[in-house]
Amino acid sequence: MDFLGTIKLVFRVLLARKGRSFLTILGIVIGVAGVIIIIALGAGAQSLILGQITKLGSDFLVIEPGKSNEKGPPVQIFGIVVTTLTNSDAEALKNSAQVPHAKNVNAMVSGSVTVSWQSKTIDTNVVGTDSEYKNVFNLKMQKGHFFEQQQERGNANIAVLGYSVSKDLFGQADVNPIGQVIKVRSSSQAEAGGIPLRVIGVVAETGTAFFQDMDDQIFVPLTIGQQQLLGIRYLQMIHVKVDSSENINQTINDIKNVMNQRHRIRKEVDVDYTVRNIADAVAVLSTITNALRLFLTAMAAIALVVGGTGILNIMLATVAERTREIGLRKAVGASNSAVRNQFLLEAGTLTFLGGIIGIIIGVIISYLISLLMRYLGYDWAFVVSIWSVFLAVAVSILTGVIFGLYPALKASKLNPIEALHYE
Amino acid sequence: MSLIEVENLKKDYVNDEVVTRVLRNVNFKINGGEFVAIMGPSGSGKSTLMHILSFLDRPTSGLYKFEEKDIKNFDDNYLPSLRNQKVGFVFQSFNLLSRTTVLDNVKLPLIYSNKKNYDGLAEGAIESVGLSHRLHYFTNQISGGEKQRVAIARALVNNPEVIFADEPTGNLDSKSGNTVMHILQKLNEQGRTIILVTHEIDTANHAKRIIRLKDGEIISDEKVDNRTIAKEERDLVK
Repeated sequence: MDFLGTIKLVFRVLLARKGRSFLTILGIVIGVAGVIIIIALGAGAQSLILGQITKLGSDFLVIEPGKSNEKGPPVQIFGIVVTTLTNSDAEALKNSAQVPHAKNVNAMVSGSVTVSWQSKTIDTNVVGTDSEYKNVFNLKMQKGHFFEQQQERGNANIAVLGYSVSKDLFGQADVNPIGQVIKVRSSSQAEAGGIPLRVIGVVAETGTAFFQDMDDQIFVPLTIGQQQLLGIRYLQMIHVKVDSSENINQTINDIKNVMNQRHRIRKEVDVDYTVRNIADAVAVLSTITNALRLFLTAMAAIALVVGGTGILNIMLATVAERTREIGLRKAVGASNSAVRNQFLLEAGTLTFLGGIIGIIIGVIISYLISLLMRYLGYDWAFVVSIWSVFLAVAVSILTGVIFGLYPALKASKLNPIEALHYE
Repeated sequence: MSLIEVENLKKDYVNDEVVTRVLRNVNFKINGGEFVAIMGPSGSGKSTLMHILSFLDRPTSGLYKFEEKDIKNFDDNYLPSLRNQKVGFVFQSFNLLSRTTVLDNVKLPLIYSNKKNYDGLAEGAIESVGLSHRLHYFTNQISGGEKQRVAIARALVNNPEVIFADEPTGNLDSKSGNTVMHILQKLNEQGRTIILVTHEIDTANHAKRIIRLKDGEIISDEKVDNRTIAKEERDLVK
């Protein structure tokens, strides 16, 4: 039995029935394209989410006011204002010998503001913070510099602009923003007025981190932000950068000790702050995205099984239609196994081709989605893993062979005399 | 030494416990190089006899020796390769693969053999039936007579001992039928054994010997005295 000859024959048979062949594999094409797209989307979404979070490094802790489940959402999400975190907490953590592995400690508040310069007015986000912010978030400066410790302490009327804020305010007039005085007021304040702040620096283009557009912000000294813009006396967040990821758990305990001491907490129920660990958040998100991916892959597998039953139907019809041909092949010397192999090969070849077409369609659609996501401003990676391609090909061939087996066996068992005289 | 030898050959079909005796006690010998017609009305058992002789079926009892070997000793799995190597078939309804070229149709038996040089062998067989100019035509593009000649080429391609022709002219007009009979006679002259199955005496008269069957039994087995010789058609002259 000549294998190459059979393959050639199979291709001729399939090509002679292009329309039917295509309809036969449509289900497989859709199933495989689905698998490829789902795996690519899963990988893209995961890389987007993890990229946002790990941009700051995984050796990074966040202290929030109020007690919330460390693996759940912060209480502020529910609109609760918690004022238990104070500037002196941040100061204490900065200076405490009890937290030896804290490399940088940064306090911050944020809110919405309206910024104007000459006739231009834009709405943006203000971050009131200290000089450590630059180090914690690894900010690169485009022009000028970030504020220093003395300026922040001295409550100086200064501001650092995010990349796009600077572009929006000064880009058109082509003016060097450094030294210009902008007026900033809280978005909730009445028109006119606002406090004048002198621009001392512009941050280089950064993109998004933590789903916050880092370029659409202005930075002001902490107390200016708290007292003059937002009218609050508490902190919204303290960032702690740990010197090495091995010391994260140690540092979490150290911070808890300092905070419990300062807030005079003796019982677990009295804890009024939350320490979040980025590594934990990454792990939780990975679990979620993996589960989602598994679910979607199962859906795609169902599509493949449905495609497989299509193969089963059409192959059965094909065997009935080609009964005389099967009889002839047996008469001229085809053994039962040769007939069986021919039909298996036809089904396998069909689904293999279906798999290839599905992969091409899937890759194209995944790529278009990644273009769309990037156009929408997300840092979306176009990932088509080799294993997903191999998996899709293997599964589609397997589908063909499994669902083609019954029709092929049926064909192989036909009696040649009856088959030859089949009408 | 005879090519085919049958003794007390019987074939029964059992259908819902009703036994139909299709062949009862058939005896004959066919030597290599003969041109034998098996003749009889429908239901006489001639097709069943041909199926047994061509290894498509087995007798219920009795002896069938091919090339001096009892086919009882051949395993079922061996029969396909016997059909492939030892016999060629020509059917009434041609049984060509549609949407396939003449060349690929003729190549079909070679796929199931161990031979090399498919194209060369197939082209040689097609040339011997005078269809070299139709090599790459699809089988739906040629006439009925040409189709049957393609079928003869396919039967010849593995160089078999015997060609079984089952009503080869049944679906053809008389001119095409004449051409087909001419080719069979020519092949016989070249030494090929031909076994023709027919119910028409005009067709059977092309053979050298006629075995008549009726109700599963041989009623006569005699030489043809006034043998019909099919004239060569002009388009066959190569």
